[in-house]
Formats: sequence, structure tokens, C-alpha cells
Amino acid sequence: MNTPVISPEDEYLGEHHIYEPHRTGLPQMRPYFRELWGRKAFAFELSHTEMHAANTDTFFGQAWLVINPLLLASVYFVLVDILSGKTQGPSFFAHLTSGLFLFYFISGSMLSGASSVVSGGRLIMNTSFPKMLLPISACYTAFRRFLPTMLVFAVLDVVARLPLSLNLLWVFPILFEAACFGLGLAMLFATAQVYFRDTKAFLPYCVRIWLYLTPILWFADKAPKRLQPFLPFNPLYGIMGSWSQVLIEGQQPSGRLMLLGLVWSLSTLVVGGLFFMSREREFAVRI
Amino acid sequence: MSSLSASEISAVDNVSREPVGRPAISVRDLDITYRVSVEARPTLKGAIIRLGRPSHSIRVIEAVKDMSFDVPKGSVIGVIGANGAGKSTLMRAVAGILAPSKGRIEIHGRVSTLLALGVGFNAALTGRQNVVLGSLAAGLTRAQIERKYDEIADFADLGDFMDMPMRTYSSGMYSRLAFSVAVNMDPDILLIDEAMSAGDAKFRSKASDRMTDLANNAGTMLLVSHALGTIKDMCSEAIWMHKGRLIQRGDPDEIVEAYTRFLQVGETPLIMEDV
Repeated sequence: MNTPVISPEDEYLGEHHIYEPHRTGLPQMRPYFRELWGRKAFAFELSHTEMHAANTDTFFGQAWLVINPLLLASVYFVLVDILSGKTQGPSFFAHLTSGLFLFYFISGSMLSGASSVVSGGRLIMNTSFPKMLLPISACYTAFRRFLPTMLVFAVLDVVARLPLSLNLLWVFPILFEAACFGLGLAMLFATAQVYFRDTKAFLPYCVRIWLYLTPILWFADKAPKRLQPFLPFNPLYGIMGSWSQVLIEGQQPSGRLMLLGLVWSLSTLVVGGLFFMSREREFAVRI
Repeated sequence: MSSLSASEISAVDNVSREPVGRPAISVRDLDITYRVSVEARPTLKGAIIRLGRPSHSIRVIEAVKDMSFDVPKGSVIGVIGANGAGKSTLMRAVAGILAPSKGRIEIHGRVSTLLALGVGFNAALTGRQNVVLGSLAAGLTRAQIERKYDEIADFADLGDFMDMPMRTYSSGMYSRLAFSVAVNMDPDILLIDEAMSAGDAKFRSKASDRMTDLANNAGTMLLVSHALGTIKDMCSEAIWMHKGRLIQRGDPDEIVEAYTRFLQVGETPLIMEDV
């Protein structure tokens, strides 16, 4: 759609735009991403404004971001305790809590990303800009909501006497995988939401089932034998497995799990991104 | 709506008129076709329930057909035509919002838009936040916005409302802010789509003065309006569109006359209400 060409010798403020049909259904990548990078301030400002509007940047707003998943973790802890019939130790609580925190970062990216384009309404209809900024902003907000929960985990880490080592630095590549995966899903569902406005209504059910299928409420190695071969097909298996290995066991994550997480997250990011960009030009008439 | 087809009315006039120097806007063989959903709120549930039935939920709209024209730098061109003529689609394509299905649009200069749908991103956010977000999305830097913000707020003259959520605005206030943002961005090319109607008399006269200033300072303008008087007063040329095609281009008085005659002869009184 938008193929802006900046030519410094241009007599009009250096701006020169050419709009032509896309040959392959996709915009030219280089100008698209140059525009995206040039307007990144929009994504940050949008996230900042939305957090401010939702009062998430106040002390109690931040506190709620921590209390909410902590309460959920307690609920699940009690539930697992009752269902399994035996009392779980503090390391299980730490595993459950850290897993839920990361899971809610990813599902939060997906859910707020899903509505990001549709709620961009008038701006999309009146302004020409790379729409990918909208799901990116939603994911950035999800990340900012996730950060304070890591402080809680730090406290838990000390209380539950979990191992502290340099291996903890592995959280950064794992977070990178989680962010890429979340952004990929955000773009996929943001596009789907434009065509089917009830997509977002289905998502919470999917998220709930996905949570139960992911090694968060249980340890991956405790999964029933017959389910073991299917675990790698869960895109979160690699990310969550390595997250638990690093944070709870204090080990280096297994190469297999890291690779699995990387493959799933990058392929979701690429598929989601291409799908979004290929449909982006239609958003203005579909919203 | 009309019993006449565009091709029956008149041959396209002046399409290949050569502008002096490089045109600010150059449109070549432009076709814009898009698919819209007939449903107000398309849902997956609806799609599943309809499965197996022939679907009529998608309509293909050929909004602009085979248009070519140039807008020379510094000229003010009025675009007139009945409802559904494709004027707004054309404006959004020139703004880069809608992609051409065929053809090419070339723009030299910074474009600022004031489209019929109004300014604003989120009615829950304040006027100030909407101005900042809209400007960042349009590609301005924070420093540029900081420099321009006071001018925008002064011109819109909304006082404390700038820091109130936009859902508290009246429609006049909406359009004052929208106009103020569009004209204070130092555009080389200003696209205005039927956005002058709201606002009180005082603001309208201020807006009209500002547009004349812009036009006098070699600003290029593309102005869609049903107010034919405005077209005659402000524009150096006019374009008449009908059913997606460019019917005639030339002196605003002549075009307005031809268009009015066409409405009287070829159209129902329904269309006349828009004039």
C-alpha cells in the first residue's frame, strides 16, 4: 500500500510518496520497516497513554498487577492440592507462580493485541501509517504489566530458597522467545478480529484450555506417559519448560526445549507478521 | 440513484492537462476496488451458522474507476459529485490510507488530512493525548509536536477541554480540533473532505481565512464539498466525479454549472438535498 520514498533533493520538505498496488499482496519490506521504526514513538506513547488511562501507572495500579496473578496462583495451588490429594511444596508454588506470570504475559499480548486494530478505528481510517504499530504497542503494554510480577518472583525465589546462579541470565533469551511468540499471536488475532468481531469472545476459552495443557499447573516430567509424545506440539511447551528449568531448578535450559521454543516463536512471529501485513491494506474499509 | 451512466454524460475533459512544473499530486489510471462486509458486525458465529448457504455477506465496490489527473503545486482543486461518486475514497487513496487496485498515485510533499470521519483515536483519551498520538502516527517527531501543540490548541480555542476526554466534546468541538490539527501541521498538501460544515460561524470564518492563507502561500489543496459556493469561491479548478469516474475538469464556475444542470436533468430530487 504505502511505499514512501524519501528523496533529500525533493523540493517539498523531502517527502515523496508513491502508492501502487502490491504485487505479491505484501508491501515492500524495507520501506515498511523503515516507516515502522521511524514511528516507534507512537507505539510507546499509545502504551503509556493507555496504561495511564487505566491507572496502571499508579502505586495501587502496579500493586494490582502483582496481587491479581498472585491470587490466581493461590487459587490454582489450592486446586492442585485438592485434586492431587497431597500437599505440594514451596518449589511447586514457585513453579506455578512463575509459569502463570509468563503465561499471562503471552496471553495478555494475544488478548490486547487482538483488539488493538479494531479499537484503532478512526486513526486507521484517517491516517496512513504501518498498522503493525498497534499490536506492537499492545505487546509492549503486556510486557510492562508483566515486569512488576518479576519482583514478586524475586521475593518468592528467596523465600522458597530456590537456587541462585548465573544460569538465571537465561531468562532473557526465554523472555525474547515469549515476546516474539506473543507478538506473532497478537498480529494473527488482531487480523482475525477485523474479519470476525467475535474472535476475542472465543479467545478466553482457548486461553483457559491452553493453560491446562501447558506444564504450569504440573511439571513437564510428571505428565502421563501417553501424553508425552504430544507435548512438543504445544507451542508453549519449550518456552515454559525452559523457564521452569532456569528459575526453579537453577539449571541451564535444555537445548532441545530452547530450540523448540525458538522455532515456535519465530515461526509464529513470521506467519503472524506476514498475515497481518498482507491484510493490513483492507483494514480501512473493514473497520 | 442515477439513470445515466457516467460515460453517457460527457467525455472526460482535460485529463491530460499538463501542469506547470512537477505536480504535487499525480494520479494515473487509478482503480480502487474493495470488498466490504454487508453485516454491520461480521462474526465467526454468523459465518458458521451460514455455512452451506450461498453467501451474500461480501460486496465488491468499485469506488474509483480509471481516473487520471494532476494537481499542480499551489492550486486548490475542488472535487464535487453526488453521494457515492467515490470522492472520499479518492481522498483516502491520495492520503495513502487506501491502496490502489490498479494505477499509481505520486505525491510530492507533506500531506495533512481532514477527512469526513473526524480526528481522534480514542474518545476516552483527552484532546491533547489524541493530538499527540495522531501526530506521532502521522510521522511527526515529539519535538515537532511540542513546537506545534500550542498553535493547535490556540487555534481550536477549546480552553480546558483540551485536557478533557474527547467523549465530552460536542460535534463542533470535534471538528474545530480536527481542523486545527490539519492546518497547523504545515502541510504542503491539504486534503479536506466535507469537514467544514460543523463549527460555529466565528470558527468557520476563521477556518476559511486560514485556508485562504494556505492557498496564497502556495499550499496545494484538494477540497471535497457539497457546498458549491465554497468550491466556486476557493478553488482555482474543479473536478466532477460520478460513479467513480472523472467526468469533467475545469473552471469551477463551469463545472459547478454543468454539475447542477446534470442534477436537475438527470437525477432525482433526493440528490438535490445535498447541494
